[in-house]
Amino acid sequence: MATTSKLIRGYEVVIGLETHAQLSTRSKIFSGSSTQFGAAPNTQASAVDLALPGTLPVMNRGAVERAIRFGLAVGATVAPLSIFARKNYFYPDLPKGYQISQYETPVVQGGSVEFFVGDQRHVVQLTRAHLEEDAGKSLHEDYAGQTGIDLNRAGTPLLEIVSEPDMRSSAEAVEYAKALHALVVWLDICDGNMQEGSFRCDANVSVRRPGAEYGTRREIKNLNSFKYLQQAIDYEIQWQIDLIEDGGEVQQATVLFNPDTGETRAMRTKEDAHDYRYFPDPDLPPLVIAPDWVERVRAGMPELPRLMAERFQRDYGLPAYDASMMTQSKAFGAWFEAAAKASGQPKLVANWLMGEVSRRLNAEDKDIGQSPVSAATLAALIGRIADGTISNNGARQVFDVLWSEGGEVDALIEAKGLKQMSDSGELERILDEVLAANAKSVEEFRAGKDKAFNALVGQAMKATKGKANPSQVNELLKKKLGS
Amino acid sequence: MTAALHTLGVAELGKAIASGLTSSVEATQALLARAKADTLNAFLVVDEAGALAAAKAADARRAAGEAGPLLGVPVAHKDIFVTEDTPTTAGSRILEGYRSPFDATVVARLKAAGTVSLGKLNCDEFAMGSANENSAFGPVRNPWDATRVPGGSSGGSAAAVAAQLVPAATGTDTGGSIRQPAGFTGVTGIKPTYGVCSRFGMIAFASSLDQAGPLARTAEDCALLLSAMSGFDERDSTSVQKPPQDFHAQMLAARTGASAARPLEGLRIGLPKEFFPAALAADVGGRVRAALAEMEKLGATLVDVSLPRTELSIPVYYIIAPAEASSNLSRFDGVRFGHRAAKYDGLLEMYKKSRAEAFGAEVKRRIMIGTYVLSHGYYDAYYLQAQKLRRMIADDFQRCFERCDVIAGPVAPTVAWKLGDKSDDPVAAYLADIFTLPASLAGLPGMSLPAGFGEGNLPVGLQLIGNYFQEGTLLHAAHAFQQATDWHARAPSSF
Repeated sequence: MATTSKLIRGYEVVIGLETHAQLSTRSKIFSGSSTQFGAAPNTQASAVDLALPGTLPVMNRGAVERAIRFGLAVGATVAPLSIFARKNYFYPDLPKGYQISQYETPVVQGGSVEFFVGDQRHVVQLTRAHLEEDAGKSLHEDYAGQTGIDLNRAGTPLLEIVSEPDMRSSAEAVEYAKALHALVVWLDICDGNMQEGSFRCDANVSVRRPGAEYGTRREIKNLNSFKYLQQAIDYEIQWQIDLIEDGGEVQQATVLFNPDTGETRAMRTKEDAHDYRYFPDPDLPPLVIAPDWVERVRAGMPELPRLMAERFQRDYGLPAYDASMMTQSKAFGAWFEAAAKASGQPKLVANWLMGEVSRRLNAEDKDIGQSPVSAATLAALIGRIADGTISNNGARQVFDVLWSEGGEVDALIEAKGLKQMSDSGELERILDEVLAANAKSVEEFRAGKDKAFNALVGQAMKATKGKANPSQVNELLKKKLGS
Repeated sequence: MTAALHTLGVAELGKAIASGLTSSVEATQALLARAKADTLNAFLVVDEAGALAAAKAADARRAAGEAGPLLGVPVAHKDIFVTEDTPTTAGSRILEGYRSPFDATVVARLKAAGTVSLGKLNCDEFAMGSANENSAFGPVRNPWDATRVPGGSSGGSAAAVAAQLVPAATGTDTGGSIRQPAGFTGVTGIKPTYGVCSRFGMIAFASSLDQAGPLARTAEDCALLLSAMSGFDERDSTSVQKPPQDFHAQMLAARTGASAARPLEGLRIGLPKEFFPAALAADVGGRVRAALAEMEKLGATLVDVSLPRTELSIPVYYIIAPAEASSNLSRFDGVRFGHRAAKYDGLLEMYKKSRAEAFGAEVKRRIMIGTYVLSHGYYDAYYLQAQKLRRMIADDFQRCFERCDVIAGPVAPTVAWKLGDKSDDPVAAYLADIFTLPASLAGLPGMSLPAGFGEGNLPVGLQLIGNYFQEGTLLHAAHAFQQATDWHARAPSSF
């Protein structure tokens, strides 16, 4: 956990996030309609979603189960009894005139999320996570002077995850959001698709002088990419500091981030905030989660990233940072473990995954499941480094081909002539020739010039066309020179 | 036997159809003729074609060997239940022209049991009222005296049954809306325990209070209807997960130690002193006491009990019900269905004009009260406080039920009042709900049965309140009373 905050222009930044994760149930939270994204407008809106007279909500147990999974994963209290409340406001894409949410007693209480910023470990405490329904969409384009309403999204189950104001920089906020994103995907409770809005963040940002009370916060709504999250917070911090430095006072407000300008703009201030008239929804009895339900969910939980990382440290001797990197997703963890087992070289596998593999995946915007090189193939390649058949440099050349064209490791090493000279008799013969041809360097070395030794190594590598193992060359040369 | 078909109750008509004395089509035609000639404004829609088709289908089911006490029996539905076959208005202009794509569960179940719906019955707008003067489609008149109100909000249901336009009707009761009009029109009505009937398809007024129930001539008819209407419905999360109940069998089950002369042997009837205040109208008090004396003769014993928060049930109810209503009625916004103002400038004005134009005064009043009591800064003082008192009122009943099996008293403090008498004074009308509100707030079953006639030869209702799921006990007591008396068999002379 970070103990000191980096100040910006002498101010400490305080950030808390409210994240909406769309739960991956097939049907909606209170109706049987499909939650599939992208269907023609209003084709996935039932009588309940349209709030036709006489309709009533019925809780989708799948959504509750996903909330329980989340609660267990973050070490929270899964409330044995939680309450659905109505949040009342008029808006055309809110068919009932109220949103069913949880207010005073949420289903998940407390918990924490761990993540790294660089190699610094952080823990953010969670306040709560509650179940609620999404609203529909208002479509302002294409309807000259009118607004189209698409209620396909209305009633989609959301888990709103509220953090404590524990973050002190946009980088921390982004890494927290990434860790949370990875976790909900890992748990199979959310598809994590940020373009489709399955995972979106509201950031509460304030600044203060170190040691002072919390400053007044402004809430940046609906950030649906990590990049926007970072940009919006960074802009907001500067805006607030500018305002304070100019003698102004931050007013509590809800703001929107405009990705085109990179600026935040106030949507509404505290004065015109709604009075939502929350009250317990009389259509839904309290949500009761009996201990045996929690236990059934627990029994079906995958190994959690944190525990997997601990196991990687323990069983494969990985440093904490590497273990955290190897558990960035369930697929990544499985990939690492397969390659580590097959090659017997876990640290080398981790290095390759963090280096060459990640670099290429990022460049091509792919995830580990789309890697053209399989775990078995990478393991074979690493095996050839470990047994001295090829150098790191040679391995990178092979990997290049494996990535772009595919192939078999040994065949490629053969075809590219990258095999290191492993016959020491042959190598000794070549070294003798090198020594004979470079008498001057030998003399200089013997006279105490260390640089001359390097020149001899270089000549030797050249003579072997790079196929010799450099450390073997070093060793044999030293022996022959009697040093 | 055409001439007398309308005088038959549900059980009688079911038997007549089963025995071949008449057919569903014949009975339906006879009642349709009466419904079409309705002078009480009880019917909003008479669905002649639909009723005849349903009657033919019922007769065909009989012919195919199907049996059932309700198969082919005509009924009609309070217009608060949504129906596929006819429009549904909830007594409001805001739903004029609305057609539901589905039937309410109660309607669907009665359909499945073979009842024939003659149409939809008038009611107070969104079931808000106790005189049926708040309907956008005009007031309903009391068949015993057309200058009097029939009670509300199920005023159309009560008037139609009392005037023998239909043997039975569905109603809903939020704070007395089945019991009070049943009392005012001399019919029998039961509001079961909250959760016994599904609320799916019942247009919500106050969700934590709304319950469906039947109005009919007798306790037996109510038992038959309630058996078909009730039962768990997965589409209503507040419906009780109990297997279907045979209320008719429960009604008939003999008490231990009972005899033919003393069918109520051992039944302890609690009389809350708060239900018999000095101000209670003498005619009402007199008839209720006489009915209780009759029950004593049938073997029951009378016990003095107390419901000390009876008076508080009025402010408690008139906080909780409007609070829920203010939220429930938000969906009537002119966006997706129902009335939308013809002209408006922008979204906010569309909302304001659509709702201002189409909601009636009482609905607006309750939306405002409800909005106020839920507002920031008032919630704790009103809504939360009312919820605490509601719990205490329910606890008071449990203390009474330690000493008695049913609670009895008047349904209302007076007989039916004149049209217009309380329409300018909403608080006076609210106060008249005093005896029905406590059971509603506690979620207890309550019923009203005819106990004779008071001032102006107007019916007086006896209210029986049971503990949770004791509908059988109520129906049994009412049935025994009706076997020994004939108040329930009287019909208004002009009908």
